[in-house]
Amino acid sequence: MSDALHDLGVARIAAKLRAREVSAVEAAQHFLLRMKAHDALGAFLATDEDVTLEQARAADRRIAAGDTAALLGVPIAHKDIFVTKDFASTAGSKMLAGYRSPFDATVVARLGPGVPGGAPGAGAVTLGKLNCDEFAMGSSNENSAFAPVRNPWDASRIPGGSSGGSAVAVAARLAPAVTGTDTGGSIRQPASFCGITGIKPTYGRASRYGMIAFASSLDQAGPMARSAEDCALLLSAMCGPDADRDSTSLDMPAEDFSRSLNDLVEGLRIGIPKEFFGEGLSADVRAAVDGALKQYEKLGAKLVPISLPRTELSIPVYYIIAPAEASSNLSRFDGVKFGHRAKDFIDPASKLSALEQMYRRTRAEGFGDEVQRRIMIGTYVLSHGYYDAYYLQAQKIRRMIADDFQQAFKVCDVIAGPVAPTVAWKMGEHGNDPLADYLADIFTLPASLAGLPGMSVPAGFGEGGMPVGLQLIGNYFQESRLLNAAHRLQQATDFHLRAPEGVL
Amino acid sequence: MTTKLIQGYEVVIGFETHAQLSTQSKIFSRAATAFGAEPNTQACAVDLALPGTLPVMNRGAVERAIEFGLAVNATIAPRSVFARKNYFYPDLPKGYQISQFEIPVVQGGSVEFLLGEEKKSVRLVRAHLEEDAGKSLHEDFVGQSGIDLNRAGTPLLEIVTEPDMRSSDEAVAYAKELHKIVTWIGICDGNMQEGSFRCDANVSVRRPGAPLGTRREIKNLNSFKFMQQAIDFEIRWQIEQIEDGHAIQQATVLFDPDTGETRAMRTKEDAADYRYFPDPDLPPLVIAPDWVERVRSEMAELPRVMAARFVADYGLPEYDATTLTQSKAMAAYFEATAKASGQPKLASNWVMGEVSRRLNAQDIGIGAAPVGPAQLAALIARIADDTVSNNAARQVFDALWSGDASDVDAVIEAKGLKQMNDSGALEKIIDDIIAANPDNVAQFKAGKDKAFNALVGQAMKATKGKGNPQQVSELLRKKLQ
Amino acid sequence: MSLTLPDIERIASLARLELPMAHRERLLGQINGFFDIVEQMRAVDTSGIEPLAHPVAAIQEVALRLREDQVSEPDQREANQRSAPAVERGLFLVPKVIE
Repeated sequence: MSDALHDLGVARIAAKLRAREVSAVEAAQHFLLRMKAHDALGAFLATDEDVTLEQARAADRRIAAGDTAALLGVPIAHKDIFVTKDFASTAGSKMLAGYRSPFDATVVARLGPGVPGGAPGAGAVTLGKLNCDEFAMGSSNENSAFAPVRNPWDASRIPGGSSGGSAVAVAARLAPAVTGTDTGGSIRQPASFCGITGIKPTYGRASRYGMIAFASSLDQAGPMARSAEDCALLLSAMCGPDADRDSTSLDMPAEDFSRSLNDLVEGLRIGIPKEFFGEGLSADVRAAVDGALKQYEKLGAKLVPISLPRTELSIPVYYIIAPAEASSNLSRFDGVKFGHRAKDFIDPASKLSALEQMYRRTRAEGFGDEVQRRIMIGTYVLSHGYYDAYYLQAQKIRRMIADDFQQAFKVCDVIAGPVAPTVAWKMGEHGNDPLADYLADIFTLPASLAGLPGMSVPAGFGEGGMPVGLQLIGNYFQESRLLNAAHRLQQATDFHLRAPEGVL
Repeated sequence: MTTKLIQGYEVVIGFETHAQLSTQSKIFSRAATAFGAEPNTQACAVDLALPGTLPVMNRGAVERAIEFGLAVNATIAPRSVFARKNYFYPDLPKGYQISQFEIPVVQGGSVEFLLGEEKKSVRLVRAHLEEDAGKSLHEDFVGQSGIDLNRAGTPLLEIVTEPDMRSSDEAVAYAKELHKIVTWIGICDGNMQEGSFRCDANVSVRRPGAPLGTRREIKNLNSFKFMQQAIDFEIRWQIEQIEDGHAIQQATVLFDPDTGETRAMRTKEDAADYRYFPDPDLPPLVIAPDWVERVRSEMAELPRVMAARFVADYGLPEYDATTLTQSKAMAAYFEATAKASGQPKLASNWVMGEVSRRLNAQDIGIGAAPVGPAQLAALIARIADDTVSNNAARQVFDALWSGDASDVDAVIEAKGLKQMNDSGALEKIIDDIIAANPDNVAQFKAGKDKAFNALVGQAMKATKGKGNPQQVSELLRKKLQ
Repeated sequence: MSLTLPDIERIASLARLELPMAHRERLLGQINGFFDIVEQMRAVDTSGIEPLAHPVAAIQEVALRLREDQVSEPDQREANQRSAPAVERGLFLVPKVIE
């Protein structure tokens, strides 16, 4: 591993900044240059050097004043699902092209300058906004309305999604750490496909205020970085109640997720759900995952067979609940208050009022295929006569799935398995078959539906030399235990330090 | 109870009332609710549904809902749920309204009132919390409408009745009683012009004993006068339709004060399918019993309770008690007068009579009455102790009201309105009258009562009206025996 | 069960989406394909099971947090309307709303 700034990771960059070995402005410039050099990857949707450097100067002033905020001056980037005052916020959708939010998302403010009128933030500097699937709907990033994102390990492959730009930025060393959001696996799966580390905390840990809503009861923000140690630093700054802004954020005090990183994993009981290792799992991924599990046994952990019997059901349950909530959350995009409005929408032949034609044309133009598909599914399952059979039924099975996990956690401390059945596939491979994407989410959906913390940790490489991630799932509020387990694995392996060729 | 029929039809009316709750901030945001600000200056990011915004519930709105529930003897749900009502409309920023659907915060209850002398009770189905929408302005924008979202997010309590009302009079009486309750407990300013208290009436007619007829909903009745006109017109219209052999189509109609008619609103492109589902942004609203008890203990005495007390403590007729409790201010004015004068019934008569008449004539509230309870009580005391007759008292009251004077006894003195109760002086006057009118005396003795009245009249004249008429005739009779 | 084109048109109308004919037919196929995998879910016996709204309610009560009734939002009309498609005199303009 070189000593180049972009190779150091958050913890060491923060240390250098505190030691004044490098200034926030120098650090920012270093990454801005790399972003330009690698813009063919399509990781970023919005950048603004002036804004970034201004933030860096502000950080340098704080450092000079002796401020020791955890991430002071550390350059990071945000998934474009978070709204920001200083950068356009699009959610990867034409509907919001050029949209300027009058406020910063709570997570963005906490990692950066701090919430207005609140405590000062962690002081990170924003490099820009990261590409993602439109409104976070997708697992390949091919649903971005603006540009495809390429996997730095193989430019012909997808990076995963929906936080694909986030994963690529970290894997290609364009940012030491980034934010992502996870609704059905959108942090864990791209982290796995790009060989980095990412964690989705317990639902309600991080504020959803300023996260453009996809599925309200599932969306959760989390950090993505190269190591569990770096993720812990960001997560500690991101979490904590947001009583004034988000009714779903829990009254759980912020926590120092770094404190137990180095605890021993000796005696840790790791549950292995048999449903995660069925014939759907490709051999190369299985081999890598098994390797990581062996590593844990070497470290003194115990593998415990468990069952999550409704794993397969989680696909229909999730793909009912998420689109239903999305269909309602996306109703605000109607061409009236903000965002896209169709230029010409009057069809003289139409019996509809001009207003109705404006709505329909605007939404048809502004939303991409996958978003429209999910709006259609969601509208249908909530419509008169179908609510009980679909949405309500799904919410009930959701409780059964959550209960299955509670059963499992009686005999184990964390659950481990693959993040996805395969490594990253080729661009266009799933073509016009959305179902193929849905089915590939099978291992990440259960924890999402239960609202449990989950993460992806580099576990090796599979077909085509593509990275494979190990998924770790913890019980509610057990983020530190997950990070501790991941950190211990990363002390014993170097998968998380490997970089794709051509990015160094 | 027999319901009066119109051309052989029974009228069935149910109400849905939207009462704007008198909070400072909106139901889910911290923007102001004040009326009349510049367009969209009181619509914050949350009210505009800007991307990333989320609702956070206002405790003040919940507290007001609890107060209302207690005021109408309803059940306060220990756990209620907010739901999304999905539909597209430019004044609905999120594309859904946050309301309560399956589990409302207030359940059941009833509103009692007098219709003339008859006691009525209208059962409530529910009252639920929801957010108001914005406003569309259609004027002076060529081919376009302007949207003002200042009102979006204003807290509403939607109060829904059973179809218990059987006439427009009863419907208006219910609406007035409900208006009295929400303003009395102070959860709503009741300003109907500004839309703080909006009523929708569901009206249908049927032959007695027949199943409910198809109803038409009259929207946004914002004055009691229009309410009566609109419902009466609607009843006549529906009966005509049926008599002409047309079936009533369910519809939403608007009342046009200019024509005095109701007309059906343009029906939406698609049949309403609101796709209600629990709002995933808002966990269930949990109201602990001790909160309800605290609110109960802090609540002011309710009008009907106060009226009952007036009957029990002051021996007032039911009618008086109800009339005097139309407003907190009037009730307080009466009670102060009654206590100070020790004459509750007289106090009631004067407040409901002279005082109310003058207030109405000048169209001012009782708070602005130039004569306060202390003065009125002093006057009433003088009536009670026979110092002045009712007529004289009225003259005194005039003087006080017009501001010419402030002290009751001073006015009585100055105007010389004291009744002459001294029988010695009276006897003298009467002796003179008898002496001066031999013919009348003779006629009386001959059995002509008219002659006696003439003598009384003369005597009263001689006392310049200060004589107590009763006393005069008694003395006269005695002397003429 | 399987949807028909009229279903697709009704849903698209509810969702305010203008769908070209070709698009409708493609969607019909995709959505019906999706509902095939939904069938297994409908068969599950959920009698007596409470729906799970906030996931953490699986282990502890999650009640609505209430905010004090205080005004603290200044007028930010200009910033709030910065990305509005059509504004005049502070009002959002839309094609005429007919009642």
